[in-house]
Amino acid sequence: MRLVLEKRNEKSKKMQILVPIFSLIISALLGAIVLLLTNANPIKTYATIIHGAFGSPTKIQYTLVKMLPLLMCGLSVGIAFRLKFWNIGAEGQYVMGVIGITWVMQFWTWLPPILVLPIALIMSFAFGGLWGGIPGALKAHWKVDETLVTLMMNYIAIGIAEYLYINAWKAPKGNMGTVKYPEYAWIGKMWGKVHYGIFIALILVAVLYFLLYKTRWGFELNMIGKNSEAARCQGVSIKRNIILAMILSGGIAGLGGGINSAAVTHCLTKGVDSGYGFTGILIAWMSNLNPILSIFISLFLAALQTGSDALQITMKLPSSMSEVLQGLILLPLLAGNIFIDHRLRIVEKKSTEALEE
Amino acid sequence: MENTPVVQMRNITKRFPGVIANEGVDLTLHKGEVLALLGENGAGKSTLMNMLVGLYRPDEGEIYVNCKKATINSPQDSMALGIGMIHQEFMLVGNLSVAENIVLGLPGLEIKPNFTEIGKRIIELSNKYDLGVKPDSIIDDLTVGEQQRVEILKLLYRGANILILDEPTAVLTPGESKELNSIIKKMLSEGKSAVFITHKMNEVLDFSDTVQVLRKGKNVGTRATSTITKLQDIANLMVGRDVLFSLEKGEFKPGEVKVELKDVTCITNTSPRPLLDHVNLQIRSGEILGIAGVAGNGQQALSEVITGLRRTCEGHIFLNGIEMTNKTPLQVINSGVSHIPADRNKMGIVGDMSVGENLSMKKYRTEELTQHNIVNKSLIKVFANKLIKTFTIKTPTQYTNAKFLSGGNIQKTILAREIDSCKGILIAVYPSRGLDVGATETVRKNIIAQRDKGAAVLFVSEELDELQMVSDRIAVMYEGRIMDVMDTKDATTEKIGLLMAGVERSDV
Ligand SMILES: Nc1ncnc2c1ncn2[C@@H]1O[C@H](COP(=O)(O)OP(=O)(O)O)[C@@H](O)[C@H]1O
Ligand SMILES: [Mg+2]
Repeated sequence: MRLVLEKRNEKSKKMQILVPIFSLIISALLGAIVLLLTNANPIKTYATIIHGAFGSPTKIQYTLVKMLPLLMCGLSVGIAFRLKFWNIGAEGQYVMGVIGITWVMQFWTWLPPILVLPIALIMSFAFGGLWGGIPGALKAHWKVDETLVTLMMNYIAIGIAEYLYINAWKAPKGNMGTVKYPEYAWIGKMWGKVHYGIFIALILVAVLYFLLYKTRWGFELNMIGKNSEAARCQGVSIKRNIILAMILSGGIAGLGGGINSAAVTHCLTKGVDSGYGFTGILIAWMSNLNPILSIFISLFLAALQTGSDALQITMKLPSSMSEVLQGLILLPLLAGNIFIDHRLRIVEKKSTEALEE
Repeated sequence: MENTPVVQMRNITKRFPGVIANEGVDLTLHKGEVLALLGENGAGKSTLMNMLVGLYRPDEGEIYVNCKKATINSPQDSMALGIGMIHQEFMLVGNLSVAENIVLGLPGLEIKPNFTEIGKRIIELSNKYDLGVKPDSIIDDLTVGEQQRVEILKLLYRGANILILDEPTAVLTPGESKELNSIIKKMLSEGKSAVFITHKMNEVLDFSDTVQVLRKGKNVGTRATSTITKLQDIANLMVGRDVLFSLEKGEFKPGEVKVELKDVTCITNTSPRPLLDHVNLQIRSGEILGIAGVAGNGQQALSEVITGLRRTCEGHIFLNGIEMTNKTPLQVINSGVSHIPADRNKMGIVGDMSVGENLSMKKYRTEELTQHNIVNKSLIKVFANKLIKTFTIKTPTQYTNAKFLSGGNIQKTILAREIDSCKGILIAVYPSRGLDVGATETVRKNIIAQRDKGAAVLFVSEELDELQMVSDRIAVMYEGRIMDVMDTKDATTEKIGLLMAGVERSDV
C-alpha cells in the first residue's frame, strides 16, 4: 500500500472549512507535546493564551488594537499577491507611512488643527504608496525582480526611520524618538484602548472588496494575476496596473502605519518595525487574498500574539516559548492548505495478478 | 502482423463528474501493430490510454496485458509491464540535460548515477532508432521535435515494448512528422507495438495498420487501414454526421483598404535575423489574406505588430486609413481589431477564470456588460449563455473554469469572443491548429462569415489546403519577408512550397 497525493480538479469547498479546523487540532497537539517536554501543562497554557487574548475587556481591547495594523498589512499584501507581484515589503511600506505621518505632525504646524490628522493620514498613504510604487515601476518597466527590491527597501525604510528618530527628528529630551504628535491630531478612543481607526480599516475592507470583486478594474487585476499574457492580448495594460496596484498596496500598509501612530504610539520611535508587514504576508496567504476573510485571520493572529504575551507573565514561560508556540500553530495551518488543492489516495501495491484467459 | 494480442481492454467504462469519458470500449493491440486511435477532441482517447498507464483507473472493465489480467495503478506498474506513454504535454525538465531527464524517476537509481554509462546507453539507443539525441544537450535548447524524440528514448531506455503516443504530430512540422513515422516503423520491425492517438484523418493512412474510431466515449468502428478507401467515411464516423470538405463562400467583392503595412521591420536582440523584414501588405474589406509559411518565419510577429503587442522598429501601420504604428493593444482593439492568437492557452484565455468571464473579456469595457465601471454579473450571464449557444461551446456551465474545456472548446470560446466583438478587422493566427474536424469547420465557417460581412481578415495557417480553401489571396512568408502575394487561384501547391522554402520568384 502506498499513499499518493493527487491534484484536485477544483478547490474543495468542504476542505476549505475542514482543513483549518483539523490543522488547528493538530497544531494544538504539537504544541502540547512541546509544552509537556518543558514540563508545562498544555491545557493550562492554552487556557492562558485564550484568556490572555479575550479574558477581560482590556485584553480584548489589546487584541483589537493589535489586530488593526495586522489587518492593514494583510490587505496591502493581498492586493499585490493578486497580481502575483510578490510584495514582501509591506514592513518597509508601513514604516514609511509612519515617517510620512510624523513629518506632517511635526513640521506642518502651520496647518489649521482640524486638517492636520486628515492630511497626515494622506501623507502616510502617499509615503507607503511611494515605497510600493517604486518596486512596481521597476518591475513594470525593466522587469526588475520585485522580491529582492521590496525586501531590500524594507531595510532602507527602517534605516531612514532610525536615522530620523535617533538624529534628525529626535525630541530634545530622551535619547531617541520624535516629539509626541499634537494631541488634537490623535485618533480618538471609542472603547478603552480601541480607537476609531478600526472604522477606517473596516470601511477599507468594504471598499476593497467592492473594488476587487465588482469593478472593471478588479476584473482586470484578476485577469493579470491569472494570466498576464492573455490580459495583455485583451488590451489590459500590465505596466499601468502593476504600478497602480503597488501604489495602492504600499499606500494601505503606509496608512496602517499612519493610523497606528496617530492612535497608539503618537510618535516615531524604536519599534516601528515590529513585523506587522511580514505577518501581513501570512494573513494575505491564509485568507486566500480575500479582504473579508483577512479580518478574521488578522484577529486570530492578533489574539495569538497578545495571548502568547500573557504566557510570559502568568506562566513564567520564556518569551521564546511563546514564539515557538505561535510557529507551531501556524505551520500545520499553512501545510494543511495542500489538501484544499490535492487529495490523498491509497493505492494497492501489487500490480499484476495472473489469471487464466 | 502476428496475431498475439499484447494489450486487450475489455468493456472499459470511465466516468468523470458530469461526463462519461469512456463507455464500454474494447480495444485490442497486436504485436508489431500500430493502432490509430481516432476521434474528435473530447472523444475520450487520452482517458482510455491514461488507464493503460495507471493515471486513471477504469470504473468498469478489464485490462489484459500479454493475455494476463493486469491491475495498473501507477505509471510504475505500467512500465513494469512494458507500456509507456508520451503525453500531449511533454513531461521533461527544461533546465536539465537529456541524460538527467531520462534517468529521472527511474527506480533503483544510485544516488550519484554513472552518467558516462548512461550516456553510452543513450547513444546506443539513439543510433539504433535514428533519433539523433545527444545525452548532454539541455532540454530547453532542443526543438519540440527533438524533445519528443527524447521522450521516445526515455521510454525505450525503460524497456517499453508498447508505446502510446498522444497526438504526437500536433506539435510537429510536416518534415518532423515524416521522421517520426520512420522512427515508429523502425520500432515495429523490432516487435514493438504502438497506439497512435490523433484527430487528423490523413495521418491515419500513413501511420497505422488498424484504425479505431471513438465518438463521445464509445467505440464506433474499427477497420484495417488497408480497407479504407475514402477519408470521408472515416470523417463521418468520427463526427457522426456528414462533414463538409468544401466551404460556402460568398462572391469576392473587395472594398477599401482596411489594413496596410508599409516597410514594417522588427528586430530583436534574441534573434540574429529580423523577425520582420520590410513587410508591405494590404488587406481590403471583404478579403481574406492568407499567410503561408513554415512556422517561425515571422507570422506571429506580423500578427503582433498589427495588434500592438509588439513594437515595430521601422515602417508604418495603418488601420482603417489611420496611422496606428506602435499604438497600445487597447488602442488597436478600440479601432476595431479582433485577434485570435497563436497560443490559445497562453494568450487566448485565462484558464482560472470562468467561461463566462472569458467570453466577456472584450466587452467588459462596454456598457453592454458594465455600468459605471461596475461589472454586471447578470448581464454577463445572459451574454455568455447566448454565445455558448451560438457557437456550440461544450461546457458544463458558464461558471466552469475555462481550463477544464477541451482544446476545441477553448478555441470556440476565443472565437466567440473575438467574432462577437469584431468591428471590421480580424487577425486569426493558426485558428484551427490542433482542432478536430467539427471545430475546424466551425472556425473556418465563422471566419468566412466575417469576410462576407465585409471584414478584412488576416489568416495565418501552416496547412496549404486550408489556405487555399479559405483565403482570397495568399502571401508567403520566409525569414520575416513576404516572398510574394498572389490570388488563390494562381497559388499552386508547388509554387507556394518553393516560396516557403525561400526560393525567390525570379528563380522559379
Ligand atoms: N480529469 C478529468 N476530470 C473530469 N473530466 C475529464 C478529465 N479528463 C478528461 N475529462 C473529460 O472526459 C472527456 C474525454 O476527454 P479526453 O480523453 O481528454 O478526450 P480526447 O483525448 O479524446 O480529446 C472530455 O469530456 C473531458 O472533458
Ligand atoms: Mg487528448
